[in-house]
Amino acid sequence: MILPLRITKKDDVPRRQMAAVLVVSIGLALFFSGVVMLFFGLNPIQVFGTIVQGAFGTAMRLEQTMIKAVPLTIASLGILVAFKMKFWNIGGEGQIMMGAFAASWVALYHQGLPAGAMLPLMALASIAAGGVWALIPAIFKAKMGTNETIFTLMMNYIAIKFVMYLQYGPWKDPASQGFPKIPKFPDAALLPDVGGMHAGWVLMLALTGLVFLFMNFTKKGYEIAVVGESLDTARYAGMNIPAIIMTAMFISGGLCGLVGFVQASAIEKTLTWGLSSNYGFTAIITTWLARLNAVTTLFVCLAFAVLLQGADYIQLALHVPAAVAQVVQGIILFFVLGSDFFLRYRVKWIGLARARKEAVQ
Amino acid sequence: MADDVRPDVPAIEMRGISKAFGSAVANRDIDLTVRYGEIHALLGENGAGKSTLMNMLSGIYRPDSGSIFVGGREAVFAAPRDSIKRGIGMIHQHFKLVDVMTAWENIALGSAGGLLLNRKRISQEITELSDRYGLDIKPDRKVYEMSVGEKQTLEILKVLYRGARILIMDEPTAVLTPQEIGKLFAIIRNMKEQGCAIVIITHKLNEVMEVSDRITVLRRGEAIATVETACVEIPSLIEMMVGRRMDLSIKRPPCEGAEELLRVDGVTVTGKDRKSALDGISFTLHSHEILGVAGVAGSGQKELCETIAGLQAAEKGRIFFEGQNILGKSPRDIIRLGIRMGFIPEDRLGMGLVGSMDIVHNIILKEYQGQKGVVLRRGPSAQKAQRIVERLDILTPSIHTPVSRLSGGNIQKVLLGREIDSDPKVLITAYPVRGLDIGASYRIYDLLNEQKAKGVGIIFIGEDLDVLIELCDRILVLSGGCVTGELDGARASKEEVGFLMTGGAA
Repeated sequence: MILPLRITKKDDVPRRQMAAVLVVSIGLALFFSGVVMLFFGLNPIQVFGTIVQGAFGTAMRLEQTMIKAVPLTIASLGILVAFKMKFWNIGGEGQIMMGAFAASWVALYHQGLPAGAMLPLMALASIAAGGVWALIPAIFKAKMGTNETIFTLMMNYIAIKFVMYLQYGPWKDPASQGFPKIPKFPDAALLPDVGGMHAGWVLMLALTGLVFLFMNFTKKGYEIAVVGESLDTARYAGMNIPAIIMTAMFISGGLCGLVGFVQASAIEKTLTWGLSSNYGFTAIITTWLARLNAVTTLFVCLAFAVLLQGADYIQLALHVPAAVAQVVQGIILFFVLGSDFFLRYRVKWIGLARARKEAVQ
Repeated sequence: MADDVRPDVPAIEMRGISKAFGSAVANRDIDLTVRYGEIHALLGENGAGKSTLMNMLSGIYRPDSGSIFVGGREAVFAAPRDSIKRGIGMIHQHFKLVDVMTAWENIALGSAGGLLLNRKRISQEITELSDRYGLDIKPDRKVYEMSVGEKQTLEILKVLYRGARILIMDEPTAVLTPQEIGKLFAIIRNMKEQGCAIVIITHKLNEVMEVSDRITVLRRGEAIATVETACVEIPSLIEMMVGRRMDLSIKRPPCEGAEELLRVDGVTVTGKDRKSALDGISFTLHSHEILGVAGVAGSGQKELCETIAGLQAAEKGRIFFEGQNILGKSPRDIIRLGIRMGFIPEDRLGMGLVGSMDIVHNIILKEYQGQKGVVLRRGPSAQKAQRIVERLDILTPSIHTPVSRLSGGNIQKVLLGREIDSDPKVLITAYPVRGLDIGASYRIYDLLNEQKAKGVGIIFIGEDLDVLIELCDRILVLSGGCVTGELDGARASKEEVGFLMTGGAA
């Protein structure tokens, strides 16, 4: 096929142009999702209106939006630390599950703990478990150079099936009359409300600040960035590369593990095998969209949560199949991620006649 | 099919060729005519646009504007195979041969014909071509058994076999010893006698004067002039290349009061292919001297530098830095021991610097290990960056510009500036002027001489024998991981160094 275009690489893109490309791509995404909705016989204006209503309309819906933003943001921050090092951690799901498992173990099997110690210990246990789950592929990568992508992906399934086994087996609530569920946490193990919703949002804001400071203002953050750019340069500068890989991955997995704690304690109030709700995977997209900046990550995740909650709501309010909501999400992603191409390359219209002339001998 | 050769029609005529990459203009409105039966040199500094121009001729790039005529007929190349069809063959700097195959297999590979190879016919054709052009190739020899010179001859034979009458050679002498260069020039002259058109891309003036008939000089993407070699002198060629008059002699200030800084004793390093990359290397480096290291590419230069810098594990041997054995110590240990050693690796953006980071963060690379606590302090490094930028006249919008955006010369100055600023006693430099233009190269030589005057011992891994002989106090020659000779820079000749580069035993 002959395209009447010439594509060349761009050197440098000013901030203004970047913002403009982003706005245009979101605009196009909305336009094309509107076309899809028309195709399904829906009124796009009404659907978009309902999405906004669904995300912000009432205090309860707003809370639902925030409930989605919290795990997504924290998981994205975790993914960010690994991605900055070009360690493709796609094991967020598994790290969330292991974090939830460890927090649940503290909550269910140490019920005698004083109320003040219960939540901190659950949080620490979840960080340790998520961190260790991420550390396993990190050790193999650091010592033997294994591929972390496949490794972390496979670790997800082990974690999920392990929790499923607990839920259907040894941890099943004997009082549930055969229904496969794990007992509810004691009250001391439930995350309290702060300002109208569970305290996870405080954690989200604090961690965003911490990760931002860590990546930009500490020696370790600098080392992680250098390792991500070039292993040879890191060696040249005398960095201890295996230690850096392992530290970064422990932090990455620890943050994801903490998501497991928040979801188990505040949302499910117990451990379930569906608890990670794909946040570990969605976080990959949000982190990438935020271009590995912690503060941008917060805003991208908030926007994404609006979309997730709005999509849930239109299913109820308009009886739109879930698929439509997913199509809209997909189109937005397509355009926003695709816009990256226009930031990196310049596309020039040269006309079909000339393109043909160049293509034929 | 290749065009019939008519002597009155130029082999190649390029008219008004322009090509830009992003905002960088590589070629601007270039005219070039190459005749059959001539050796045409395309002369220019790195980045002048020589390779871009020739890549358009060989179908790798397409021009933004302008037209190309081959043998009088217009040609539009969409891919390299179109260019081959019109009788143009390009020989790249990096050979494109399959190591485990024989010469004739490499020639047969990818050439036209049926599914089955007629071995006998191909061998016969190869022999005919070899005889005609005076090429010395054994068809059954495997590529990995060949020397660099033989591989290049095979590349030439390969394009001739595919019917090329127009040959483009990109920096063909870069990897050859002086003796091999002599042989290559004989082959090229022979091809010229047979009516071929030959274009040589180069920046080496002596070779241009020796072998070419006409010269086209490019500067910053523009064709400055095309001249008859017989009617031109080197100084005016330099002026055309650089844009101003320049004295191209390199200073070698005499060294005084030398004490031993570094002693390398019997160092053996096993390479990735289990062969010895370094085989019992021994030498000393003194203060106030530049020790040149010559050798064909891949003779152990990289391993030597990296072993001294602590980046490469060694099998045997010792390396004494002022009496202390540092072999087996990592770069981290070396920094902690307070050993003042600077290293400018061959791959600047891949090893010495972080391309996406700014000058300040690249200065921090060597500083942060000494900082206490967990917080990264940028202040002192920013001041240092500013000082280095001013001292070395680095052209950059600011100290916060990513180094990958700077020109090659300025990138090298950032690296050299950082290493010099840490006040080293020993400075290891691997190909420090590779890819730099003439002005920047001479600035680097001056900076190295300044360090030498201060008492620094410098190891200079080089590829240009003229530079090595003019700049260095002593020259160590490597061949296949062994030291084959040590010469006094002031008395060494190119032929002598070249002889030692090939092992010295022939």
